[in-house]
Amino acid sequence: MAEDGINSFMTGPDEQGRFGIFGGRFVSETLMPLILDLEERYEFAKTDPAFWAEMDDLWKHYVGRPSPLYFAPRLTEHLGGAKIYLKRDELNHTGAHKINNVLGQIILARRMGKTRIIAETGAGQHGVATATVCAKFGLQCVVYMGAHDVERQAPNVFRMRLLGAEVIPVTSGRGTLKDAMNDALRDWVTNVRDTFYCIGTVAGPHPYPAMVRDFQSIIGKEVRWQLAEQEGEGRLPDTLVAAIGGGSNAMGLFFPFLDDPSVNIIGVEAGGKGVDARMQHCASLTGGRPGVLHGNRTYLLQDDDGQILEGFSISAGLDYPGIGPEHSWLHDTGRAKYVSITDAEALEAFQLSCKLEGIIPALEPSHALAHVIKLAPTLPRDHIIVMNMCGRGDKDIFTVAKHLGFDMKI
Amino acid sequence: MTRIDAKFAALKAEGKKAFVAYIMGGDPDVETSLAVMKGMPGAGVDVIELGMPFTDPMADGPTIQLAGQRALDGGMTMDKVLGMVTEFRKGDSTTPIVLMGYYNPIYSRGVERFLTEATAAGIDGLIVVDLPPEEDSELCLPAQAAGLNFIRLATPTTDNKRLPKVLQNTSGFVYYVSITGITGAAAAQAADVAPEVARIKAQTDLPVIVGFGISTPDNAQAIAGIADGCVVGSAIVKDIGAGKPVAEVLANVAALAAGAHRA
Repeated sequence: MAEDGINSFMTGPDEQGRFGIFGGRFVSETLMPLILDLEERYEFAKTDPAFWAEMDDLWKHYVGRPSPLYFAPRLTEHLGGAKIYLKRDELNHTGAHKINNVLGQIILARRMGKTRIIAETGAGQHGVATATVCAKFGLQCVVYMGAHDVERQAPNVFRMRLLGAEVIPVTSGRGTLKDAMNDALRDWVTNVRDTFYCIGTVAGPHPYPAMVRDFQSIIGKEVRWQLAEQEGEGRLPDTLVAAIGGGSNAMGLFFPFLDDPSVNIIGVEAGGKGVDARMQHCASLTGGRPGVLHGNRTYLLQDDDGQILEGFSISAGLDYPGIGPEHSWLHDTGRAKYVSITDAEALEAFQLSCKLEGIIPALEPSHALAHVIKLAPTLPRDHIIVMNMCGRGDKDIFTVAKHLGFDMKI
Repeated sequence: MTRIDAKFAALKAEGKKAFVAYIMGGDPDVETSLAVMKGMPGAGVDVIELGMPFTDPMADGPTIQLAGQRALDGGMTMDKVLGMVTEFRKGDSTTPIVLMGYYNPIYSRGVERFLTEATAAGIDGLIVVDLPPEEDSELCLPAQAAGLNFIRLATPTTDNKRLPKVLQNTSGFVYYVSITGITGAAAAQAADVAPEVARIKAQTDLPVIVGFGISTPDNAQAIAGIADGCVVGSAIVKDIGAGKPVAEVLANVAALAAGAHRA
């Protein structure tokens, strides 16, 4: 497609791991040889039918893919505009999209002969997915989690421990997701020879953003044929909506549609208490500027001196001051649009989904749904919105109960 | 020729090993860290590594992480780090100063502006942990063009195939990281490090200085003995973190320097 002189939005990253100016390999020398090796192994696996055969088999029999593409009739009727479909990735084993990517990375790690897997986690969904796949393959698993998140996501911490993972509460820095990522990188640099770092989102040094995107793209690929099946041959969605922390579920939904100009693409960032000067949000694109952190150049929340700021969101999974570099590029080129939703709006959407569709969503996709609630009534009835319901809300009921003033003690 | 090149030429002529010492700029405040910095040459420090604090120091252990946090909590900024160097240069025009840290505060300021200000302040070289050779066009090449040394880290995972790429745009000296790990980690054994240093020296004429995991005068002597010198950071930063008086901090620095110079 021709837009800004770009022929295709699907060819990135370049050889330097860049999407425009974003991405790259900003890591210490100790990690560089490993990252180059990983890139080589991934490039090989990508075109290896045996690799994808193993993935497809596990996706089908272990994860439960394809996840349904569900027409939400009461939500559609209630909003009185566009037709709303939900991509049900919350029905995957472990309750979120995270496992799509974890399976790919762990199969790769096994091919590389790595015996120890480390991961960072915010809400705990990526940690649970990693612990799950490690248990399945009998691999040692260590999960770094900010001490603050360990406290607010206790059920997931227990799940990871049941699955045999060691959960290390991170107290360095301010004890949040970004500090968990720092400590995971410190572990990796120390144990680089036997350890594989399983990153949970489309961020980090090249090849991670591209690799995680490719594994998550199963979401968008399924939407393509599922929608055609339900709406007729060749029918594409008119609008895609997904929530963004690092942005892996969104990249997975968006990527297969980047070169279809008729498809509007909207990413929803966490606006916390509002995107303003108080900086109590995690909207990196709306409220940040380009910088370098955790191996890549991307939009970051930072002060005038280049010091990284803490994000703020009701959703631990969106609580990260950066965003995947490909999103930064899609934002700057204008191919995708990015908006923000506040905690309060997400809580409203959470409840509406429960009442109208019988689906308890995670707080992360509740942000996406909140934008759908704003958008659908402004669109005609033949307009199709596909929203990624990327995680289920069981993990969030304590947080939501607290905000709604409900006493959970029995 | 930078002050770094001149210093190593002089040390070589004397048959002496180099002692490189690190402190975090502004830890716990500008006044204290400037006092330590000013006392360093007298305590036997040949090259000063001045840390630029960063919120997310991925290659550093707890000691230097906390030092960065203390500095930032005390209101440290890039302007103030550069200001410390300007102030130091008023009384010392020969001791080389290497700025060490992470890329984002430099990128945020703008590379061109940063290089102009760093050169004007009297900085001689840069060590930027998260800029491998693959990202040389970001800062390494512009810094060399501006007359600064760009000192690269070589590590145990840098194999012989990769080493030429690492050495290619390195100047001043090569900083060999003695362990796979973070600063302040377990001590490296001289016997393990010696063949690695020899491996690097076979491919470069630059001095090879070894750092990470060196904390006592004996360590310093042993490691300096198998290289062109050694770096001590966390052991000094720990004293500052413990609130020891400047004189006591410098006494320990002098003991470490004496260890390295005995080699």
